[in-house]
Amino acid sequence: MYDAGRYDVIVIGAGHAGVEAGLASAKRGAKTLMLTLNLDLIAFMPCNPSVGGPAKGVVVREIDALGGQMGKTIDKTHIQMRLLNTSKGPAVRALRAQADKVLYQQEMKRVIENQENLTLRQGMVEELIIEDGVCKGVVTETKARYEADQVVVTTGTFMRGKVLIGDIEYESGPNNQRPTIALSKQLEDLGMELVRFKTGTPMRVNSHTIDYSKTEIQPGDEEPRAFSYETTEFITDQIPCWLTYTGEVTHKIIDDNLSKSAMYSGAERGTGPRYCPSIEDKIVRFNDKPRHQVFLEPEGRNTDEVYVQGLSTSLPEYVQKQLLETVPGLEKAEIMRAGYAIEYDAVVPTQLWPTLETKQIEGLFTAGQLNGTSGYEEAAAQGIMAGINAAAKALDKEPLILDRSQAYIGVLIDDLVTKGTDEPYRLLTSRAEYRLLLRHDNADLRLTDIGYKMEMISEERYANFNRKKQQIHDEIKRLEDTIIKPTDEVQEMIQELGGSPLKDGIRAADLLRRPEVKYHHIKQIVPPEAVLPDEVEEQVEIHIKYEGYIKKSNQQVEKMRKMENKKIPEHIDYDDIQGLATEARERLKEVQPLSVGQASRVSGVNPADISILLVYLEQGVKSKAVNE
Amino acid sequence: MKGVKGMEQDTITAISTPIGEGAIAIVRLSGDEAIPITNRIFTKDLEQVESHTIHYGNIIDPKSDEKVEEVMISVMRAPKTFTRENVIEINCHGGMVSVNRVLQLVLREGARLAEPGEFTKRAFINGRIDLSQAEAVMDLIRSKTDRAMSVALKQMDGRLSQLIRDLRQQLIETVAHVEVNIDYPEYDDVEEMTHELLTERAHYVKGEIAKLLQTAKQGKILREGIATAIIGKPNVGKSSLMNILAHENKAIVTDIPGTTRDVIEEYVNVRGVPLRLIDTAGIRETEDIVEKIGVERSRQALTEADLILLVLNGNEPFSKEDEALFEAASDLDVIVIVNKTDLEQKIDMNQVTKKASGAPIITTSLIEEQGIDELEQAIADTFFDGELDSGDLTYVSNVRHIQLLEQAEQSLADALNSIEMGMPLDLVQIDITRTWELLGEIIGEDVHESLIDQLFSQFCLGK
Repeated sequence: MYDAGRYDVIVIGAGHAGVEAGLASAKRGAKTLMLTLNLDLIAFMPCNPSVGGPAKGVVVREIDALGGQMGKTIDKTHIQMRLLNTSKGPAVRALRAQADKVLYQQEMKRVIENQENLTLRQGMVEELIIEDGVCKGVVTETKARYEADQVVVTTGTFMRGKVLIGDIEYESGPNNQRPTIALSKQLEDLGMELVRFKTGTPMRVNSHTIDYSKTEIQPGDEEPRAFSYETTEFITDQIPCWLTYTGEVTHKIIDDNLSKSAMYSGAERGTGPRYCPSIEDKIVRFNDKPRHQVFLEPEGRNTDEVYVQGLSTSLPEYVQKQLLETVPGLEKAEIMRAGYAIEYDAVVPTQLWPTLETKQIEGLFTAGQLNGTSGYEEAAAQGIMAGINAAAKALDKEPLILDRSQAYIGVLIDDLVTKGTDEPYRLLTSRAEYRLLLRHDNADLRLTDIGYKMEMISEERYANFNRKKQQIHDEIKRLEDTIIKPTDEVQEMIQELGGSPLKDGIRAADLLRRPEVKYHHIKQIVPPEAVLPDEVEEQVEIHIKYEGYIKKSNQQVEKMRKMENKKIPEHIDYDDIQGLATEARERLKEVQPLSVGQASRVSGVNPADISILLVYLEQGVKSKAVNE
Repeated sequence: MKGVKGMEQDTITAISTPIGEGAIAIVRLSGDEAIPITNRIFTKDLEQVESHTIHYGNIIDPKSDEKVEEVMISVMRAPKTFTRENVIEINCHGGMVSVNRVLQLVLREGARLAEPGEFTKRAFINGRIDLSQAEAVMDLIRSKTDRAMSVALKQMDGRLSQLIRDLRQQLIETVAHVEVNIDYPEYDDVEEMTHELLTERAHYVKGEIAKLLQTAKQGKILREGIATAIIGKPNVGKSSLMNILAHENKAIVTDIPGTTRDVIEEYVNVRGVPLRLIDTAGIRETEDIVEKIGVERSRQALTEADLILLVLNGNEPFSKEDEALFEAASDLDVIVIVNKTDLEQKIDMNQVTKKASGAPIITTSLIEEQGIDELEQAIADTFFDGELDSGDLTYVSNVRHIQLLEQAEQSLADALNSIEMGMPLDLVQIDITRTWELLGEIIGEDVHESLIDQLFSQFCLGK
């Protein structure tokens, strides 16, 4: 063993969580080391070639508003971009990009190499150095010993990973990379509880062997769009995806071969995600459906590999081939990589503080798929938060915990550490109780101030942001103060839009509140002094049109905050509180919530337990006052 | 998501006297809004009055301008109060119905029904009770909650909870549908939820909730008492029966708003069963309900009634009029009373038994106060074992249910309103989800994961 140096923060892994963790830590000023198995696979996408989508796309913007990297990189490397849910309300719109996987990796690697305070090195960590329950560093398999008081583990699905295809199984990380065995075992020895999860991926086929004429084209949006608020150059040369369907014959093949599927062979297996089922799951659970969608997604500009979205499977390779033959357009498709399922160890996330530091071992943080989530975006979100908080601990700065009303990132982490998860966790818009506030269009308004405070946002960007904020504010005020008179021209416009004519003068804002009226109509009648940027107009319209709903949500947030602000002391002894129900007591001891608000979300804790807890806390305050 | 548990700042209210006993009942409010809330339903401006004073006036329903109750109101401003918050005590003397209506008005105006032990908890938190009492407070919360829970559990088996479950299922299917459209926009196996479909569902559920609220209002459940009519030919002893029930059981006379102004109804409590005696005014004054108010009115009284006390004269043979009375009451719960056992019995009991077709028959001499015990027992039995059993609904949880149902109805009205305004479905859905949560609170079902479970069980989701 040799002494390889001392760092403030070490990040193990350079996937989507590791990348954001390393960058955030370094940006905050901590001397940071990133260790990864293979320098050629930084920010590798082992599954679908896409970033974003409902809820997830909002997360990418949140990461960007905090100064993270994911949005910027996908903006530079995508092959297609779409805004989803455009026909629905503003709360649920979201961007999704199809990625060029290789370009994405290369770009990420370059960004990391250029980051000040950040050292990138190849190596497999074999052991965490733990002294008296405190993290002190790591040792690699090549016997390099690195010291650091903060270590962020982001080892994804590598922990005791096992790949399954039909009756073949072998120990492996995703895409035949080496699995992480020793670390998983060490975490267990340290008393951490692990669970066994699984996920899967479909086959990739050769584009030249697809008959696209039998499929439907799925082009990107014509209007250029971007995730990052800093992106100014847009990719116009887009590549389409394609849509086809499975049929009855496909389903019969799957049904006949079900016992050959690794996940259906009867052996006890890890828990898979319901929201991303394998094709076997779809056939078994929904056998009345005559067909299922199959999206064909190119994996990049310089490759022939096409990802077959919707056919995730652990059937034997020859059955995978057979079933492709039944799908229109894929009859002659050649498999380049077979689909597989992967099983892995995940950390039970209720063992973490909301900062993502583990409760058992001081200075040890975990983030990403290792914490039982799935998805690149969920991983990146945890990565940036773990990086921010590890650096904060190293430099004695303020930690960052986002609450459920501030960001989907807050919802994600609060769900994980408060409720845990019994399947790989994916963000859904329905998990957010204040989703009208957590929009993709206002991620910057919600989080840029915080990113700036964390020293992750440049002065220039912050100045731009403040200008935008001011413009929105001024324009809303102008519309509230401007009266529109019922002139012929105005009446005619309203009639054309199908609205009822004005009886009297009306405030511009009130006219905008009518369902048929949009900001661009108002702008024609009473134009602003200077032309406003699109994103300012969008904010003005949303603010005014949905004011009632936004107010309602804000009131709920107010209520929630009051409970979040009631802090629970770290060393509270729940056994000392008489009257707590046994289940509530056990669950509270396990989760150790930081606030009464968090405690109220722990399952098994009911309102009476919360009342009792409040009385107990009050008693503590009083006896303290008496003693003083 | 459920409301935040253990809120401290809002204004709470409850009936703070034991239910169903005593002529005076107190509705107490505590919190910042106690005075403004009361002010909105009271005839006098309480904002201006001195602290620790008591005021006479009327409680008015601001929606209908109807007078609900004559009351005395005590105004006690913070901090010299039990809870150290502003406290209002509304002294009602009208028995269950009017106290209940006052409580409902206060809830509608923005107060929240207090949780078990919450007044005491606030007193403690605000420093009114000293440290040594903290443990007692925690015990109180625990025991009261457990009791409330056991009551809630009992109700879980009832038809009410099944109905609520059905309504919730209807709503969650809709919600899951909207959610799938949002989270899986390219998933084409689900037809897009439309405003029309959503309107239809929301209307249906709203109608069902309105029906439930209607039955609550009609007094079909315990909180309003069992509407009881005493019928019989002239001079069979209806008046005596009335007086005995009233005297034995502390009658409370009230002027009931919402019914005809001149009708006086009386409330009696028979072995824990509250009876609302219909049209007793007529009986008292003329001793002959049929003569006085006419056939039409007596039929009316019958349609309102949940329980009929049919009085026969044992001293006379069974007559055509008696037969007509049996016919009129044929679909209702009846207790047959054969009175005047002190005189010679000329009635054919076989005929009575045949006509009663299973209804209990009690023989009495009301003049000599014979058979009263048996009659009271028969009334109690009818309620607790028979058709009229409304599931041991207690007074307070009942009010809670009504409050939640009213909120659910309002929430659906908001949703329908938003649909009309052309709001996007994902916003309309906020109110639908809220309704679903409110209904869930009635039956005490935890709401969190079930939506997501529904999502994945209802739809096969991919991309």
